[in-house]
Parts: sequence; C-alpha cells; structure tokens
Amino acid sequence: MTNDEIREEIIDILEDIAPDEDLGDLDDEKSFRDQLELDSMDFLDIVMELRKRHRVQVPEEDYPQLASMASTVAYLEPKMRDIVKN
Amino acid sequence: MYDTIIIGAGMSGLAAGIRLAHFDQRVCILERHYTIGGLNSFYRMNGRDYDVGLHAMTNFSRKGTKTGPLPKLLRQLRLRWDDFQLAEQLGSEIRFPGVSLQFGNDAELLRSEIAEHFPDQVDGYDRVVGRLLDYDDLDGDNPDFLRSSREVLAECISEPLLVEMLLCPLMWYGNARQNDMDFGQFCIMFRACYLEGFARPFKGVRLILKNLVRKFRGLGGELKLRSGVSRIHVEDGHATGVVLDDGTELEGRRILSSAGAIETLRLCDDITEAEVAKAGQLSFIESISILDKQPQQLGFDRTILFYNDSERFHWQRPETGLCDVRTGVVCSPNNYAYAPDEGSLPDGIIRITTLADHDRWCALSDKAYRAEKVVQQDAAIESAIRFMPDFRRHVIDADVFTPKTIRRFTWHDNGAVYGAPEKQLDGTTHVDNLYLCGTDQGFVGIVGAIVSGISMANRYCLRPME
Ligand SMILES: Cc1cc2nc3c(=O)[nH]c(=O)nc-3n(C[C@H](O)[C@H](O)[C@H](O)COP(=O)(O)OP(=O)(O)OC[C@H]3O[C@@H](n4cnc5c(N)ncnc54)[C@H](O)[C@@H]3O)c2cc1C
Repeated sequence: MTNDEIREEIIDILEDIAPDEDLGDLDDEKSFRDQLELDSMDFLDIVMELRKRHRVQVPEEDYPQLASMASTVAYLEPKMRDIVKN
Repeated sequence: MYDTIIIGAGMSGLAAGIRLAHFDQRVCILERHYTIGGLNSFYRMNGRDYDVGLHAMTNFSRKGTKTGPLPKLLRQLRLRWDDFQLAEQLGSEIRFPGVSLQFGNDAELLRSEIAEHFPDQVDGYDRVVGRLLDYDDLDGDNPDFLRSSREVLAECISEPLLVEMLLCPLMWYGNARQNDMDFGQFCIMFRACYLEGFARPFKGVRLILKNLVRKFRGLGGELKLRSGVSRIHVEDGHATGVVLDDGTELEGRRILSSAGAIETLRLCDDITEAEVAKAGQLSFIESISILDKQPQQLGFDRTILFYNDSERFHWQRPETGLCDVRTGVVCSPNNYAYAPDEGSLPDGIIRITTLADHDRWCALSDKAYRAEKVVQQDAAIESAIRFMPDFRRHVIDADVFTPKTIRRFTWHDNGAVYGAPEKQLDGTTHVDNLYLCGTDQGFVGIVGAIVSGISMANRYCLRPME
C-alpha cells in the first residue's frame, strides 16, 4: 500500500468506529484525540481493526505513535507497504 | 469450542456479544427465557405492545455529541445515533409535600428550580456538582466511591429536604443499597439523570433490542434461546464449559455471565454454598394503565414524576405488607417529543412503579396472588394521584407485574432489579476465566448495562490477544 492508501484505510476504520463523524476536514497533523474526542477504548479499536483487516500487529508500547493521521501513516508505512490493497 | 460463552441475552450480554463477534470470536449467547431483553424485555397482551422496563433511557446526548456514555457505546457497537431514534423527554419532576423541582435535559433547569425553591442552597448544590467523580474515575479505585452519599450531601447542603429530593430519583433509577447510596453510584446516576437526561425511542425497548440482536447475528454471533445454563464446569479454578438445562454440554475458553454474582457462583460446580445473604432486597411492582386519552389531555405532561409523601424518602424493602406506596415513579411514555412523522403513541399509558417485597409476593397462593395484583395496583394508583391528575375513569386496560414475575423471567434472586448492593466492579470471580457483566458488575439501567457488557468484553475477552 502507498501512504495515500494507508491513509484511506485509516479513514475507513475511523468511519467504522465513528459513523456520525464528518472526516472530510480532518487535519492530518492534529491529534485524533482533540479532533474526534477519541479515548483509549477507541484507540484500542483502531489497533484491533488493523489486526482484523490486515493482520498488522501494533504492540502496546507503540500506541502513542497513532496520535495523529500523519504519525499513524508514518508508523504503519513499513508494516503495510507490502500489503496489496483489495 | 467457543472463544466466549455469554450467559444471558439482556442488554449487557448482547452488547458484549457484539464486541466479541465483531472481532471474529466464536461467541454464543445462552438465554434461558424464550425471548431476549432480560430485565428490559417486551411482551404483547390483548393486542397491545408492552415494555417490561423502559421508562426512560438515561444519559441522553444530542446527535453529534462526542463525549459521554451514549456516544461511547454507539462507537463501540458500531451503531449510528439514528439507530436508537431517541426522542427527548418533555420534562420530569420531583414532588414532595409542598414543594416540587422540575428537571429536564438541560441541567440548568434543575439548578434554577433549586435557586427558586431553596435559594440559600444553590451554592451547596454547585459544590455537589463540583465534587462529582468523573466517568473515568468510576472503576472503584477512588476512595470516595464507597462513601455514603448522604454524608457527602450533608457536607454540601444544609437543608435535609433538598437532600431527600435529590436522592429520590437517583435511588429509584439505580441504587441496589437500602437507605443510602454509594457515592460512586450517586455520581453515575446524577450525571445520567440530572446532567444528561432522559429520552426514549418511539417504538420503545423493542427497537433497541432489535438493533442489538440484528447486529450480533449479522456478525456471525450465535444466540440460543430456551437455553438456560444449569451448571458451569470448573476444574482447578478454571471453567471449561457449561451444561444447559436439557443436559447439552458446551465448551468455552471463557465465560461472561450477566446472571448476577450470587446466581453465577451458584452455577459453578465447585461451590457448595453461595452467600445468599448478600443478594439484593429491592424489587418493584409495575402497574401499567392504558387510557382512552393521551395523558396530556388529562392535564399530565410530565415524562417521569418521582413522588414521595413525606419529608423523608424511605428507600427500603417494605417493612410490612406487599408494597410500600409512600414513594413511587410515574412514567408516561406519551410525554416525549417524538418526531412529527412518528406522531403520538396509539394509546395513553401511565406506568407506576412501587417498592415491593419479593418474599411476601411469592408466599401468596395463586388465588391470593391474582387478587393482590388488583388490590396493590389500586393502592399504587391511589397513592400516585395525590401528585397527579386522577386518570382512573379513563383506564381501558391494565397489567401489573410483581417481584415474582421479575424473578420468573430473569432468574435474579429476590427479583432484585438492581442486583446486589456489593458490586464486583472489576468483574472477576473465584474462577480465573469466568467474569461478570451487567447488574452485579456495577452498572445498571439500559445504558449502564450496555456499557458494562462492552467494558468487560474489552477488558477480559479481547485484550490478551495471543
Ligand atoms: C420494572 C423495571 C423498570 C426499569 N426501568 C428502566 C428504565 O426506565 N431505564 C433504564 O435505563 N433501566 C430500567 N430498568 C433497569 C434495566 O432494565 C436493567 O438495569 C438492565 O436491563 C439490566 O441488564 P443486564 O444485562 O445487566 O441484566 P438482565 O437484563 O437481567 O440480563 C440477564 C439475562 O440473563 C438471563 N439468565 C439468568 N440466568 C440464566 C441462566 N442460568 N442461563 C441462561 N440465561 C440466564 C436472564 O433471563 C436475563 O435475560 C428497569 C427494570 C425494571 C425491572
């Protein structure tokens, strides 16, 4: 997956977690927590969705890397680069 | 072999099931009754739909709100706000002799009512609000959690009548302890009722249950009705599976039970004696009157009315007799702001809840039981109409259910609606892979039970991911 595809995938997961949310004007540099009021339960869900959908494992000590869209994409790039988007 | 076996298809069991099925577990919900819902189910009688429990969903928040229990549970269950189609209350009220306080979904209303009726207590009320524990502090670790609410309130408010009035709705909607309330539970209920407020779907609890069960099944979850668990197999402190009432054996890696703490322990085949003395004591009768008019046409526009006929609010099992009608809750499901395309409910409905004694109801002969249902319904209505318009001429149908009914269809000891007073907030038991959710884990009410199911599923059934 390219970085753009990874971003799209994260948007898809966020849409699933927060279906009432308008993600169109999400600022990639700002934290998810501040923009979407995501709490620790929601972060756990992002991690579990990644595992469920792509078999990508995110160990607990890496959770802080998922703070914003930009940092999440950067963190996932090496883990997801070889996954083929379907 | 199931990844998780869930006992009970009430709100908490269904919510837990959705979480686990969503993350691809093989999960089975076992329910002894022939239908889902538990303490908040529904039934049909004389061609009419009845809800068992639903007066009001607490913890209302408007569409688009991102914080609070309701948005949180919707996200966790991957539901949309519109799936519950919540209509807001018109307004609720606490009525004691000589004084009433209105409250609604705007927290400012209650504060202004207190300013009007108890002008020198507003600062004290603000101090109470300032001392409330946050939802994040409610895992029981906070030392204030188990304090006496009466004590904390007395430190802030010097007018005992106001203390009683504030406690009345909160105890009615979620207190398993007699006479006093754990401060943590007080905080949960205060936010749920006074700061967030009440709402209801036009179609009642059916809509909520239908959405939960559809979601669960859509994710591949299995639901087995008429499948009571009669035994939990325990070997060396580890559960290996369950035995159903008909003898069928099912294996599971872990078990999550919403049957109640004592009720669950009693199922474990390594326990010879469960501590029955610790079971909850508070149960209700619910008297439902169907009217030929909408309650508003009779001059009653309150959504929920909590009344008490003296200055002191008595929250305890009736000391004598089958029921204690000194206090009660009146709910009219008609008095919600339903959307224009929904219109109004077909019948006028008045529901009255009264404290009742389980043992005395169960000791009656069949004949006496049937007769007492009528007598006690009349007594409940007679008590309530001291605080609302007399609607008796307009009654065209009625139903009553008792602690015996509640017990018969939910198998909770004593028909205790809010379970045991000692909660097991961390959800653990003496068995290392058997956990509690729902009423006895500590969160009650519809929203509370759903949140409980979600958090126990997350904490014990999803987290340690191999
Ligand atoms: C009259 C009344 C009015 C209420 N009004 C409101 C209200 O207005 N608003 C609100 O928010 N809440 C209300 N409640 C409270 C609310 O209904 C409960 O707090 C909530 O539904 C509890 O859900 P639960 O999942 O914890 O437990 P339950 O609903 O009791 O679920 C437990 C399930 O386990 C099943 N079970 C038990 N033993 C076994 C076994 N051995 N094997 C298989 N299955 C078993 C039971 O049949 C039951 O379905 C009311 C309750 C009552 C009774």
